[in-house]
Amino acid sequence: MLNSQMVEMIALGVWETIYITLLSTFFGYVIGLPMGICLKLTDKDGLKPNAFIYKILDVIANIVRSIPFLILLILMIPFTRLVVGKSYGSAATIVPLVVAAGPFIARMVESSLNEVDPGVIEAAKSMGASNLRIVLKVLLVEARTSLITGATIATGTILGYSAMAGTVGGGGLGAIAIRYGYNRYQLDIMAITVVLLVLLFQLFQTIGMTLASRLDKRK
Amino acid sequence: MSNIKIENLSKTFSSKDGTVEALKNVNLSIESGDIYGIIGMSGAGKSTLVRCMNYLEVPTEGKVLIEGKALGEFSEKELRKQRESIAMIFQHFNLLMQKSVLENICFPLYIQGKKKKEAHQRALELLEIVGLSDKANAYPAQLSGGQKQRVAIARALASDPKILLCDEATSALDPQTTYSILELLKEINQTYQITIVIITHQMSVVREICKHVAIMKDGEVQEEGLVSEIFAHPKSAVAKELIRKDGGDDAQKTTANTSKEIKTSRAIRIVFSENSAFEPVIANMILTFGQPVNILKASTRNVSGVAKGEMILGFPENCATIEPMKKYLVERGLEIEEADEYVE
Repeated sequence: MLNSQMVEMIALGVWETIYITLLSTFFGYVIGLPMGICLKLTDKDGLKPNAFIYKILDVIANIVRSIPFLILLILMIPFTRLVVGKSYGSAATIVPLVVAAGPFIARMVESSLNEVDPGVIEAAKSMGASNLRIVLKVLLVEARTSLITGATIATGTILGYSAMAGTVGGGGLGAIAIRYGYNRYQLDIMAITVVLLVLLFQLFQTIGMTLASRLDKRK
Repeated sequence: MSNIKIENLSKTFSSKDGTVEALKNVNLSIESGDIYGIIGMSGAGKSTLVRCMNYLEVPTEGKVLIEGKALGEFSEKELRKQRESIAMIFQHFNLLMQKSVLENICFPLYIQGKKKKEAHQRALELLEIVGLSDKANAYPAQLSGGQKQRVAIARALASDPKILLCDEATSALDPQTTYSILELLKEINQTYQITIVIITHQMSVVREICKHVAIMKDGEVQEEGLVSEIFAHPKSAVAKELIRKDGGDDAQKTTANTSKEIKTSRAIRIVFSENSAFEPVIANMILTFGQPVNILKASTRNVSGVAKGEMILGFPENCATIEPMKKYLVERGLEIEEADEYVE
């Protein structure tokens, strides 16, 4: 049963999963990082309090996060088709993943930035630092460890979601697990894909945590 | 011209639970080169007041003038520029924990647009001044509290400020470290002629270093003037309370123990300046009036570099000669006042 064709398919699945996860995380941060910073800035104790903008971002984040991912996946099909030209395959999986991950990442970023000691922000202000400088040189630097930990969690979650995308014709290990394991009752294939997913998850987690603790200067 | 002038300053915070008047019509004038203490219990409004001096808190009413210029009339950008000349240090140091000591000190230099090389060089000079040359590449987490405050002071000096605001800068430090930090501040004040404003709840800090002091309570300045003057003649209740507490726990213990033997009904506080110790005044007074008095507390303290003796005398109950005794002391050149806060 494990002929070279199967091995090749699984190898491709691993590659696709890594590629989907990392790209989705990357684009998720393209949306989520600025959104999280905006949430932090416009919050009532932030550097530029603005209840209106905060509320809008807050509601968007809550709505997107409250839609079950599987439903979002289906809802996004027309949009996905518009962006990548088709609604199945690896590239198509990335679109709904980014949409789902963005607001989730924004919340992670917001909570990481909230951990920064307000006293340090006040000190920077007292030195005449501009808001841009405070964001770039104080908030993001002081929250670095927490941001990396957050990114590790986000990557893990996206990895899990990417497997779910397999149900609607996405690529990667998740799709293989569903096609062979679930639809054709090939339990061995399913077991292999699950083990590989666990290993990938471990890998991302270890890299993230090592990086976070290596860069933390508080100890 | 005075360096910092506060005119009719009020600050009201509004929250869900109503409004809090943190500052009520405060007027102060701080001269250039002075070391000015602002003392009060927690909640007196002193931290809010010091944050109005660099507009970290925008006052609800009134004006803050720095060298004659009103901060309220500045644009956001001009205000940031102005803040470069008003440095601040904090109770919890507020250093960047993820940056090395050197980079922390460079932070304000980068704001001024200095290049990395120039900033590093200046930072090393500043580390020399605060005596931490060997810690340039350490991270704040590896330093003791006193060392962290020294780094914060170096960082504050980096932008060549004219004013240094200290918000409870020694409150998180032990007495020895407090002393060494105060010595450093004194040195900085003398060397660079920087006006220093010190917020504290410890009278000992004010005594040690300040020339002038304002005593605050409930958002108002209760009393203001030369430290030596206020120490000798505190007028407000809060000033008397702060001076009494300055002695520490032992003062209260003595009061408690002695009061059992002779019940004290009234007390006076006597302050001796340098020259009033030649005649044994108290002994002579007792001999003259044939009336025992109770010494509740006696100590000498360093007030702005001058030794002052302080004595609290308790009179027994039904003592008929209190007034003549007080007159006797005044005639001998002593400064006396009622100190009923010592009476049980």
